[in-house]
Amino acid sequence: METVLDALVSILFLGLGFAMVLYIVSVGLSLTMGLMGFVNLAHGAFAMAGGYIAVTLMNAYQVPFGLALAAAFVVVGLVSAVLERTLYARLYGVGELEQVLFTIGLIFMAEAILRKAFGPLPLPMHPPAILSGQLNLGFRTVPAYRAFLIVVSFVLILALWLGIDRTNFGARLRAAVDNRRMAEAIGIDTSLLFTMTFALGSGLAALGGGLGADILAIYPGYAVEYLVYFLMVVAVGGLGSIRGPFVAALVLGIGDTACKYLVPEFGAFFVYIVMIGLLIWRPAGLFGRA
Amino acid sequence: MRKRYFMPALLAAMALTCSLAFAQTVKVGVINTYTGPLAAAGDQMQRGIDLYMKLHQKDLPPGISIELIKRDDTGPNPEVAKRLAQELITRDKVQLLTGVIWTPNALAIAPLVTEAKVPFIIMNAGTAIITTKSPYIARVSFTLWQSSYPLGSWAAKNGLKNVYTLVSDYGPGIDAEAAFTKAFTDGGGKIAGSVRMPVTAPDFVPFLQRAKDAKPDAVFCFVPAAKAATAFMKAYDDLGLRAAGIKLIGPGDITTDEELPGMGDVAIGTITMHHYSAAGDRPANKAFVAAYKAAYGAKEEPSFVAADSYDGMAAIFHVVIAQHGNIDPDKTMDLLKGWKYDSPRGPIMIDPETRDIVQNEYLRRVEKVNGQLQNTEIETIPMVKDPWKELNKTK
Repeated sequence: METVLDALVSILFLGLGFAMVLYIVSVGLSLTMGLMGFVNLAHGAFAMAGGYIAVTLMNAYQVPFGLALAAAFVVVGLVSAVLERTLYARLYGVGELEQVLFTIGLIFMAEAILRKAFGPLPLPMHPPAILSGQLNLGFRTVPAYRAFLIVVSFVLILALWLGIDRTNFGARLRAAVDNRRMAEAIGIDTSLLFTMTFALGSGLAALGGGLGADILAIYPGYAVEYLVYFLMVVAVGGLGSIRGPFVAALVLGIGDTACKYLVPEFGAFFVYIVMIGLLIWRPAGLFGRA
Repeated sequence: MRKRYFMPALLAAMALTCSLAFAQTVKVGVINTYTGPLAAAGDQMQRGIDLYMKLHQKDLPPGISIELIKRDDTGPNPEVAKRLAQELITRDKVQLLTGVIWTPNALAIAPLVTEAKVPFIIMNAGTAIITTKSPYIARVSFTLWQSSYPLGSWAAKNGLKNVYTLVSDYGPGIDAEAAFTKAFTDGGGKIAGSVRMPVTAPDFVPFLQRAKDAKPDAVFCFVPAAKAATAFMKAYDDLGLRAAGIKLIGPGDITTDEELPGMGDVAIGTITMHHYSAAGDRPANKAFVAAYKAAYGAKEEPSFVAADSYDGMAAIFHVVIAQHGNIDPDKTMDLLKGWKYDSPRGPIMIDPETRDIVQNEYLRRVEKVNGQLQNTEIETIPMVKDPWKELNKTK
């Protein structure tokens, strides 16, 4: 009995950490897809950039962990706003194929630039000493960093949800997602709103990249390799939803971990089977609108 | 004015035509992974090749030169590798083929070199069967059996009773698992559990947690070098396997010299078996490491891929010089069989029977020396032949 409980705790705990990273990175993608109808495959590149900024600041300049993450959020947010205005905005009206080609191109450029600048090896992430090693919970030990990751992510997610539920910006955002024309008709500047949302989503991705550097290793292939996971979270969660991707990330993250732990031989298939099942059941995603 | 330059110019022109008459350019096709997410090892391979070319260009007899024609297979893509090899052979008319990081790519190329009779010198891909697939293949790198089999024997002799194996689920991983398991269980050890992890698994933690719960004496691990190893090491430490007294052992791929600095102190104490360590104190290795650092920067460490590719070029130079640039496929293979070289990794030889590499294997422990992590060689197992071929010969 004890071992069963132990296994359960392991799965929940480790899976939760993975799920949180998936959610923080992917939620911005869900918003930009839902709000602007823009297929931004380069979303992972922003997470990767955030990871590089945070880890480099910490490793090379001894910037404190929290500050490095904040810097990643701000820098990537600003850069993405500039990119949105100068590049993305031109492609809002055109077809999805052009958007996909454009953003895939961005991924390749980001990968090449980072490879040139930082080399091909994964960037090692060394969290502060207090967050390394083991945390003793009394009945068992857990990796300290995962515990930290889960707590921080919950705070972050709560702040995000409250912000979108309670603030004026959130209200305008929800209005624009629900009905863009009506929102514009009542005087909401959707163009500005897009830029802000895009920057917020990219900033969050950067934060996720930095926070999750331990789980999703920061290296030039990041944006390509993990893209599938981010897209799965968005597809299963439903476009434009904030809570949908959260549930999707939990299902995929914990399910993936459970399967790897319990039946490692099939660890690789689980997430895909679940995704196919969920999408057959609800083609628009768990919280999407058909 | 013009007149003064006329004679020298004429002489130069004559010299040029003369040397053209005797000039032999040997075309060597290099299939390597230059781009894509998995290009880290490709960089090392190219550096090893370039370094040998730079240092030994002068050894070529006058009039003979080697031209490298580089092609990018972008990763483990057998179809691409096959197409590139075909183009190199038929269009560029290369006389030798070399490179190849990935086992599937090497296997895809094998039938082509048999048909076209182009000697193919493999600089990395390490699955045991590759050299059996064509009489025109010789390998200068290693096999996973070569490292994992002696490690299994060592583990059984050195007090490890219960080992959990975790390997990436593809050719080399499966080889490593099979080799270790065979030697370890033959030596009386017990396998506590075996798991093959998907090559692209982003999160190793669940697998390691399962291994930890099985309470083994050690975890035997193989993951592809230069990508997943750092993350694996991190997860191993985070989950407290080391704190729980579970040792980490494996082929040298899990603590490559170039990744070691990034792994941090968590790697200290890891025991690996491998054919090359940048910390090896043989004179040939010291010279190699010094030349490498001079060429690529003082902070750069050559990995086994760089060392193996360097030796691969040495083999190519050997066959080119011995035949004065006139490459005959069968003679080339005869020259490669039994070829010996004082490599940075120690003495090496191409086995005349199997055309596979014979070399020392070193048991190493990760230690911190002068503030730097390194793979310290603590035991040498001399001139190991590929155990897989040896075992399957007797059957």
